[in-house]
Formats: sequence, structure tokens, C-alpha cells
Amino acid sequence: MTAAAAAREAVAAPPPPLTQRRIRPGEILFRLALQLCLLIAFAFLVALVVFAVYKGWDRLDARLWQQMPTGRASRVESAGVQSAITGTLWVIALTALISLPTGIASAIYMEEYADNTRWYNRLLELNIQNLAGVPSIVFGILGLGLIARVIGLGFTVITAAIVLSLLVLPTVIIASREALRAVPQSIRQASYALGATRWQTTARQVLPAAIPGMATGAILALSRALGEAAPLILLGAVTFIRFNPDSLLSTYTTLPIQIYNLIKEPQAEFQELAAAAIVLLLGILLLMNSAAIVIRNKFQKRW
Amino acid sequence: MAADTSRRDVPAAGVRRGRSRPGERLIETLLIVAAVVSVATTIGIVASLFIPTVEFFGQVSIVEFFTKTMWTPLFADKHYGVLPLLVATLWVTAIAIVIAVPLGIGAAIYLSEYAHTGTRKVLKPVLEILAGIPTVVYGFFALTFLNPILIDWWPTADKPEFQNLLVAGIAMGIMIVPTVASLSEDAMSAVPRSLREGAYALASTKMQVSTRVVVPAALSGIVAAIVLGFSRALGETLIVTIAAGLKTADVPTSPIQGAATMTSYIAGAGQGDLPVNSLEYLTIFAVGATLFVFTFALNVLSIRLVRKFREVYE
Repeated sequence: MTAAAAAREAVAAPPPPLTQRRIRPGEILFRLALQLCLLIAFAFLVALVVFAVYKGWDRLDARLWQQMPTGRASRVESAGVQSAITGTLWVIALTALISLPTGIASAIYMEEYADNTRWYNRLLELNIQNLAGVPSIVFGILGLGLIARVIGLGFTVITAAIVLSLLVLPTVIIASREALRAVPQSIRQASYALGATRWQTTARQVLPAAIPGMATGAILALSRALGEAAPLILLGAVTFIRFNPDSLLSTYTTLPIQIYNLIKEPQAEFQELAAAAIVLLLGILLLMNSAAIVIRNKFQKRW
Repeated sequence: MAADTSRRDVPAAGVRRGRSRPGERLIETLLIVAAVVSVATTIGIVASLFIPTVEFFGQVSIVEFFTKTMWTPLFADKHYGVLPLLVATLWVTAIAIVIAVPLGIGAAIYLSEYAHTGTRKVLKPVLEILAGIPTVVYGFFALTFLNPILIDWWPTADKPEFQNLLVAGIAMGIMIVPTVASLSEDAMSAVPRSLREGAYALASTKMQVSTRVVVPAALSGIVAAIVLGFSRALGETLIVTIAAGLKTADVPTSPIQGAATMTSYIAGAGQGDLPVNSLEYLTIFAVGATLFVFTFALNVLSIRLVRKFREVYE
């Protein structure tokens, strides 16, 4: 057969259509294994939430926020976590007041003002990346050694708020910088072209455009502070406090710390109350995260 | 200023020279002060850790600290060998890594190579929820849900203790899955399409493209993700405090024992009212400084590796 004849033959008998692909069991297994990885993680999440609701179901009523905590097994039936709820509100509100202005101002400096070729500005950047990886308990040691003892603020609401602020500061800065970076250069150039100064440009053009992104980052940072217990263990929060804080220098407890206290007690009643408090804590976190997602989807501009 | 104008198209210095604006200067100064807070925090952390640590090593020899196998500073018979805490920490983090690495990388490959854009948009935030759950909740779940199951199903007569390193490691492994998955997925998404298309053109299947092209190309990012996960696990406190207990003294020989890690020792000792500047009180800082050095080294490594994959593909 000549080459030309072979070519004609090939045209006459086309290859089988591409839809008849070979089934490869290895490929299917691999895909299933990957899906299983995600499934295990999700199953864990579902089990965790369902278990907390199931275990805390009997205690999920008004007692939770109307009654004070107790360390006595005989009184735990009528106990709640009111002082932990008010303590959390105090500490988180103060943390927001301290960490958000500081973090956003740092981000504005780093994105809008700093000359990134200078060594000190690069050092600042590296410092924030490293600070983000410092274990939270080490911030507790900073609070214990420096803020509570050397500065002398003691084991109070304000000490807790300062420590949590420093802990979430890198998160606030990184999120705010990303929000600022997403604002296109043309906005700044137009503002400068109209004779605006750098601060006028930043305050009236760049910041308003970056606020949705910053708000999302801020809520996520605060929700991290809300669930954090490790540094506060070192800062005197580990007792059954039976009154609400009324000043910056009050002693306090918070929800995660109260949950930890309850878990430590051996009786089942304490575990049930802990589970109910966990459901409350997860509920607050879910609300905050939903708010962050809504803000991001609703207000964020696509340039 | 010249370098600044090349990065941001702000007015050149010459243009602004005309008028001095005290308000502008004041605002810039305030912004710098805010930026300095994070530097001051680092200095504060280093000072508050290392000044008491130096004092501690004035009373306990550094050789004893790192080589002796008894840790009993809160007992009557005091020994200051940190190895029991280090070994317990390594048990928990090793178990966490063994769980989180396959799950995290598997999830990342699926999200980056297999999932449709719509599916990914739903799955990714759900996975991130795992990272947002407070660790005290993981601790509760490990102790009251996972551990009874573990003890029930344990094949040998030598059952795990009421609090043990294994169950803490499992919970911690799940906790760091999002950390590993998220950074790995970023690295895989940064691999250029052309590499995948080249492999498909050579008749590779999807699995071959994922495992032989994308994963090797994203390797430095994946390693960075694992290192970061390792560092998270090392510094985590509440899961180990609740699920692995506060027992110190001897080096744990198996993960079904309960034992204090570095972080849970700090948390346990910090709860009690130790007399300030006593040797017992100083152990908190010495162990904290050890922990800080480990996590710092891992973070620096992770930042370097991330920069490497960014340099290659972005």
C-alpha cells in the first residue's frame, strides 16, 4: 500500500469519537480521595456544632444570661454566665477602640505615605508578618510581665483589652492594607491633579473607597479576639466572678474563659452549661462573620 | 522622595515646596506613631520574655534546662529539665501535622484543580469557618466527644487516659487544616495555566497534571503552608490544656498518656498565684522564651518560602 493510499484509508475510517473516553479507575479514586479530605473537615465541623447544641440544649434558656456563674456544684442548676457576657462586651468594645484606629492608621502610613525602599519601612513590614505568627499565649506573657506588673494596670478589663488589641493588630493592619491597595491609582492621581494634598486625597478619596474592605477585616479580627482565651488565662480572668465589670479597672471574666472554667469542673451539670455557653459564643461569631460577608458582597466596589 | 514618586504617582517634591502645611505634617506624624506601635509590641515581647529568662538562667544552668528529663518546678522536689514539655509538644504537633497535611493538601488540590468556580466560592468560606472556631471549643469537643469514642474503639487493653496527647493532636490537626489548605491553594492557583496546558497536550490525565505538574511547581508554597501550620500547632494553648491535661514530671513515652506541653504548662502555672520573681514564676518566662524562639524560626522560614514562590510565578 502506498503512503497516499494509507492516508486515504485513514480519512475513510475516522478514529472513534472523543466521547468514548476510557474510564480510569485511578482518576476516579483520586477525585474521591480529594473530596473525602474536604468531607472529613466538614463532618468534623457539623459534629462539633451538633454536639454542642445537643449537650447544651437543656441549658439554652434565659438563665444563661440572667444568672451569674458559680463554682459550687449544688448551685449550678440556677447559674448562668452573665458576668462573662458583660465582661466580653467590655473587653471587645475596648479592643475595637484601641486596635482599629491604631491598625488602620498604620496601614495608611504603610500604603499611602511610606517609601518602601527605605530599610525601616521594610523592617516594619517584616515585623508585622512576624508578629502575626507569635503564639497568643506569648502575648499573655507580655501582658503579665509588662502591662499588669511593670506598668501596674493589674488584672483588669483594660489590661485584657490592650493585650487583645496588640494580638489582633497585625490582622487589622494586613486587612486594611489590602483594602487600601485595592483602590486604583487613578483615583489618587485625579485627586492630586485637582490640587488636593496627600491627606485630603487619603481622607476624602481613598479611605471612603476602602472602608468596606476594612470593615470586613475589622470584624474578622474582632471575632478572633472574641474567641481568644489563652492570653487571658495569664491575666487573672480564671475565677468565677459574680459581678459585672463597671470600670476600666474592674476585674472581669470573658465567655471563652468561663467556658474553660466550666469544662475543668468534673460534674456533668458544668459540662452542660459549658456547652450552652459554647452555642452562645458560636452564635455571636456566626452573626459577626455573616455581617462581614454581607458587607463585603454589598458594599465592595469592583473597579 | 524620588523613589517614592516612582512607586506612587504623587506630586513631586518640587511641586509641593510652595507652602508648608503644618496639618499635613501633624497627620503624618500621628500615622507614624501608630505604625511604631507594632514595633514597640515586638520589643515589649522580647524584653518581657528575655529579661526574666536571663534571671532564670542565673539560677538554673542552661545545660540542665535542655538535657534533664524531669520538669517539676511546682513540686517540693524541684527539677528544671524542659524535655518532658518539649517531647509532649512534639507528640501533639506531629499528630496534628500527620492529620492536617494530607487533608489540607487534598482539599487544596480539589479546590484549585477540580472544583468549579461556583463550588469553590461556597466551599472555601465553609472551610475557613473551621479556622474561626475558638480553640476552647475544640478542646471541649476533643475531651467530651472524641475522647470517649477513642477510648471505646481502642484495640488494646492499654486504653488512652482521660486526658491524652493523641486526642489533642487529632483536634489540633483539624484546626490547622484551613491554614494548610488556604496557603497551599494560593500557591497552586499561582502556577501558570501554560504549564497545565503543556501537560494536557502531552495526553496527561487530570490526576497526572495535579500530582506531577501543579504540586511540584507549587512545592515551596505548600511547604510554607505546612511550616505555618506547624507553627500554629506549636503555639496553640487551649486544646492541649483541656484535652491533654497539665501533668508534667516525666517525659511522655506514648501519645495515649496525658502530659503538659510548653503552652499548657505556661497556662497552668500562670493560673496559680505564684509569688512574683520566685524561681517558679520565672519558669513561665523561660518556657515562653523557648516557645517564642521555635515559632519565630518557623515563621521566618515560612515567610522566606512564600516569597520564593511569589518570585517565581507572580
